[in-house]
Amino acid sequence: MIEEDYIIKQISVFSENRPGRLAAVAGALKEAGINIFAFSIAEADGFGVIRTIVDQPIKAHDMLSNLGFRVSFTDVIAVVMRDEPGGLYDIAEMLGNAEINIEYAYAYSGKENAILILRVDSTKEAVKKIHDYGEELLKASRFK
Amino acid sequence: MVMWNPRVEQMPLQDQKDLQYKLLKTLIYKLYSFNEFYCKRMKEFGVHPDDIRSLDDISKLPFMYKSDFRDNYPDTIFNVTHEELVRYHVSSGTTGKPTVVGYTEKDLEMWTESLARALTACELGRGDVIQVSYGYGLFTGGLGMHYGAERIGATVVPSGVGNTERQIELMQDLHVTSIACTPSYLLHIGEVAEKMGVDIRKDTNLKSAVLGAEPWSGKMKNRIEDWLGIRAYNIYGTSELSGPMFTECSERKGIHIWSDIALVEILDPDTGEAVAPGDKGELTITLLQKEAFPLVRYRVGDITSMTEEVCPCGRTHPRIDRLSGRVDDMLIIRGINVFPSQVEHTLMNIPEVGSHFQIIVDKHGVLDSMLVRVEVAESAFSDKISDLMVLKKKVEQSLRNALNISVSVELTEPGSLPRFEGKSKKVIDRREL
Repeated sequence: MIEEDYIIKQISVFSENRPGRLAAVAGALKEAGINIFAFSIAEADGFGVIRTIVDQPIKAHDMLSNLGFRVSFTDVIAVVMRDEPGGLYDIAEMLGNAEINIEYAYAYSGKENAILILRVDSTKEAVKKIHDYGEELLKASRFK
Repeated sequence: MVMWNPRVEQMPLQDQKDLQYKLLKTLIYKLYSFNEFYCKRMKEFGVHPDDIRSLDDISKLPFMYKSDFRDNYPDTIFNVTHEELVRYHVSSGTTGKPTVVGYTEKDLEMWTESLARALTACELGRGDVIQVSYGYGLFTGGLGMHYGAERIGATVVPSGVGNTERQIELMQDLHVTSIACTPSYLLHIGEVAEKMGVDIRKDTNLKSAVLGAEPWSGKMKNRIEDWLGIRAYNIYGTSELSGPMFTECSERKGIHIWSDIALVEILDPDTGEAVAPGDKGELTITLLQKEAFPLVRYRVGDITSMTEEVCPCGRTHPRIDRLSGRVDDMLIIRGINVFPSQVEHTLMNIPEVGSHFQIIVDKHGVLDSMLVRVEVAESAFSDKISDLMVLKKKVEQSLRNALNISVSVELTEPGSLPRFEGKSKKVIDRREL
């Protein structure tokens, strides 16, 4: 397998913690015809980071940068979970045993199964471990 | 070293002092005899022109304050009749009621002479194209720089303030070599140029900038120079002094104050006594040749220090240090004096934050609080919240070390803090007085 195929470019956007900021980002993506697959918001004291997986990450990055947003790419992976009790446990347990640290995660539940988006400290190693363990990962090309 | 008026600019210090004494003596006799306002003040103070027997006796004379201009609005402080005035300027009134400044023909000549010497010291002259991006009109910056630049034979682009994209196009098309504006406006121009895809270093002939009308730090100077690849000269003046008047020379070791035009004292702002040579204090100026109104021992309110040592450039006139704040810009927060310039100086040492900032002072219960809003620099943005929290803590710690008070910092999105084309207003004080 080629680990890189499974590394997804997540867009991270710096945002002030005040009304309308998410709308500003989401509105810009709408204008550019960019589809959002998943997103989460992390909040801290007075500011936050909007993290999102979109169908056209490079276009989204350039467009948001030109609008004056602080934007960066972050490598994440997407693991397919069984949508039943223990689905999250299997993945978390396996990564824990492999000494791979999860920096943050968010998930969405689709029609067929649930998807866990993971930011880990060693991305390539995580891809390999998850794959060897027999769990399914989504290729970056799936988000297009 | 090219000088505009080498005979005057290299006059030995003792000759300067002899000349100042003669000019002061003449000025005080004239004011005592013909200026109702200053004559009354001298009488109240119990001093007569005959008491001035040496230059040091200037300390016997009463002070003048900004409030004297406001109290005499519009023109009861003037010496001369309206027929003798050739121009008015009116100050922006950022710190109170507007101030009316009048000029006789000779006053304008003195102002232009001062700027001709100053701009020559900034290595400008015939062949230069100077874009004057100070406001034209009632504000002194635009017209003052305009006539100063024309006097030295430079070509002037009187672009004024605003319409920044067009200013950048003109800068390219007319091969502008130097720009005169506020430091905050130059930062704005730099940002707009980047957005337009114009590289000031490669796509223009800009070599220098003459920046003033608001306090700015030496660190800000370094940042502007590194970013735009130009030399940034500091210019000083206030509307009561005529407008922009004095600059640094190519050595950039202080602002040359032409002693035949202005007599500088550095005083303790509380006692009004002279500070020890080289110490910081309140800049106090006497305009020795001003005709339209008296400007004697005028407490400008800016904090600086002075040296009488001859500058390596060969000019012998005294120099004042970069202004480190205004007495009336000073914030008192929980009993501690804080100057916005200290905040700027601190932030300029932190590459992870941008050049713009805003200070918000508020009162929670009985306690003053100070919030500093900064923009996250592109290089500093991290997807990790913990990295951003570390940055916030770092800025807070640096400000606390510099100001001796605790400050909270808010990280904001780039471009979210207000940009200013004229004088910037970086402090919002929400405390009820």
